[in-house]
Amino acid sequence: MARAFTPKVITANDLLEGDVIYFTADNTWTRNLSEAELITDEAEAQLRLIEAEKQNIRIVGAYLADAKAGPNGPEPTHFREEFRRTGPSNYFHGKQEAEANV
Amino acid sequence: MYKYNEFDEAFLAERNAQFRAQVERRIDGSLTEDEFKPLRLMNGVYLQLHAYMLRVAIPYGTLNPNQMRTLALLAEKWDKGYGHFTTRQNIQYNWPKLRDLPDMLDALGEVGLHAIQTSGNTIRNTTADHFAGAAADELTDPRPYAELIRQWSTDHPEFQFLGRKFKIAITGSSADRAVIKAHDVGLQVVEQDGKVGFKVIVGGGLGRTPMIGQVLREFLPQADLLPYLESVLTVYNVLGRRDNKYKARIKITVSENGIDTYRAMTEEAFMAIRGQYDGTDQQLLEEIKTHFQAPEFRSAPTDAFDAAYANDPVFRAWADTNLHAHRAEGHAIATISIKAHGQTPGDATAEQMRVMADLAEQYAYGELRISHQQNVILPHVHKNDLPAIHATLKTHGLATANIGLISDIIACPGMDYCALATARSIPVAQEIATRFDELKMEHDIGHLQIKISGCINACGHHHVAHIGILGLDRAGVENYQITLGGDATETAAIGTRTGPGFAYDEIVPAVERIVEVYMAQRDSAEETFLETYRRIGMEPFKAALYPEAQKKVA
Repeated sequence: MARAFTPKVITANDLLEGDVIYFTADNTWTRNLSEAELITDEAEAQLRLIEAEKQNIRIVGAYLADAKAGPNGPEPTHFREEFRRTGPSNYFHGKQEAEANV
Repeated sequence: MYKYNEFDEAFLAERNAQFRAQVERRIDGSLTEDEFKPLRLMNGVYLQLHAYMLRVAIPYGTLNPNQMRTLALLAEKWDKGYGHFTTRQNIQYNWPKLRDLPDMLDALGEVGLHAIQTSGNTIRNTTADHFAGAAADELTDPRPYAELIRQWSTDHPEFQFLGRKFKIAITGSSADRAVIKAHDVGLQVVEQDGKVGFKVIVGGGLGRTPMIGQVLREFLPQADLLPYLESVLTVYNVLGRRDNKYKARIKITVSENGIDTYRAMTEEAFMAIRGQYDGTDQQLLEEIKTHFQAPEFRSAPTDAFDAAYANDPVFRAWADTNLHAHRAEGHAIATISIKAHGQTPGDATAEQMRVMADLAEQYAYGELRISHQQNVILPHVHKNDLPAIHATLKTHGLATANIGLISDIIACPGMDYCALATARSIPVAQEIATRFDELKMEHDIGHLQIKISGCINACGHHHVAHIGILGLDRAGVENYQITLGGDATETAAIGTRTGPGFAYDEIVPAVERIVEVYMAQRDSAEETFLETYRRIGMEPFKAALYPEAQKKVA
């Protein structure tokens, strides 16, 4: 049996701001992982990545990152993606800061 | 200090204008990221986990007050109010926006600073002993040679596409504070028969295959510096591997071909290249040297210093750890720790940068240095000014008395910022420093260097730490390996792994156990951690770190 496919989100960095962004089901980009499209099919994931990369004029380095379904949308499964969606641990900067200012 | 001439200024302005146009072309879609990336990297612009990062070179670690103020300006105007000093005498800004980067580079250009070749497979910022021109034990100031190398290597067409990055470090002292044996090329200024020249070390490096450099030339006459370096690089360009990134550094080239072959080929290339140098470089060197003339050190009593030292225990503790012997009478080298307990090693706020710039201007003959140990130095201070300097430092969180002690930790940015990292380093450093501060043990422990890297690339120099910590990703969890017995000085050594790694919440207790073994085993308070380790070996530390394994053996 082939190994079960781990669900994915597509993530990248914004060209101008440099911050972390995620690809949504309607082909836009969001700064919140919870609003990202969770892709559960391997073939579909590759197609969605190609779709996302069509917007390379505005984004940098799109890739598929492991994720899982949570009560409020996709959640990270690895600590690297947890840091990317939160910010550094030594200062209250990055996304955690942006969210606090909403 | 070196002052840009018209050529330097025009060169840098043109380069910055080119980059500005490149940024515009990326934004309007004329350049793809694949096309733009090498261009931005040549100008020190990375894309990290959360944002872009700008790495600015601080050539041979030397700054004047206005340059430091400009670094503060960048932090305040285009970043989040601070900068991070690195282990290669650079400063990194973690939060710039793409559109702002050309303006940042222009601001740097106005004070003779740049970010050229702080990335990419080129000759990087040549680093130097941070006490250069000031240390009592120094033969001669190595910085004019470093400046000569900077000018020669900047935009050198033959060395823009090396197999891999190339790092040179230089010292003018036999006490190595520049880690020259862990660089691609290490240079030590030496004297033979009354003539100045260099001992040339090659093939050192850390990263995934740590190696201590080997002597390529015991004595290279001063005039042969550039043709010889060019020969070393030419051989590297020919022999160096381009098939495998992990075998591309010169340390692998030297080790695969042998130092004797490398030397023979270098000497052969040198015979051909030497004649191409007509002495212009030596004229330039003489001109550069005029920029580095030592200040006229003043002669004055040291009564204010003596009184403060006798009566103020806080000042005395700081003086005992943060001062170093200066070559001029009545003077000292003062290291400003930017590692207050619990803070991020190497970070300084814009306000702190300005305070240090003002102090340098008022008391330190207008000079500042940045060390690879991520601290700031006032290289020339009259001792009588130290109490006033210390008082100012205290009010800005800059008076931590911990240089060379367990909380004077080198830490790379790690997973908190770096796209390459496999684990965090900064919080580990923060917690170790906080823990030993709480224990009030660090002055008793004495000289002990902890260095932490958040991945195998070893920006945190963990291999040459007395206690080295390497953060890895083990099955999706942070895990930390420990090495003991590394040494970053003239007696350079790569540390030895203790055994299996430790989880994030186990690493501080593990360091504590190592220190407990040292405290119990040292034969006197004078025996340093490294000396004790060399005397008793790894076993007692292993027994304390892995008691379960010991039981099984028994």
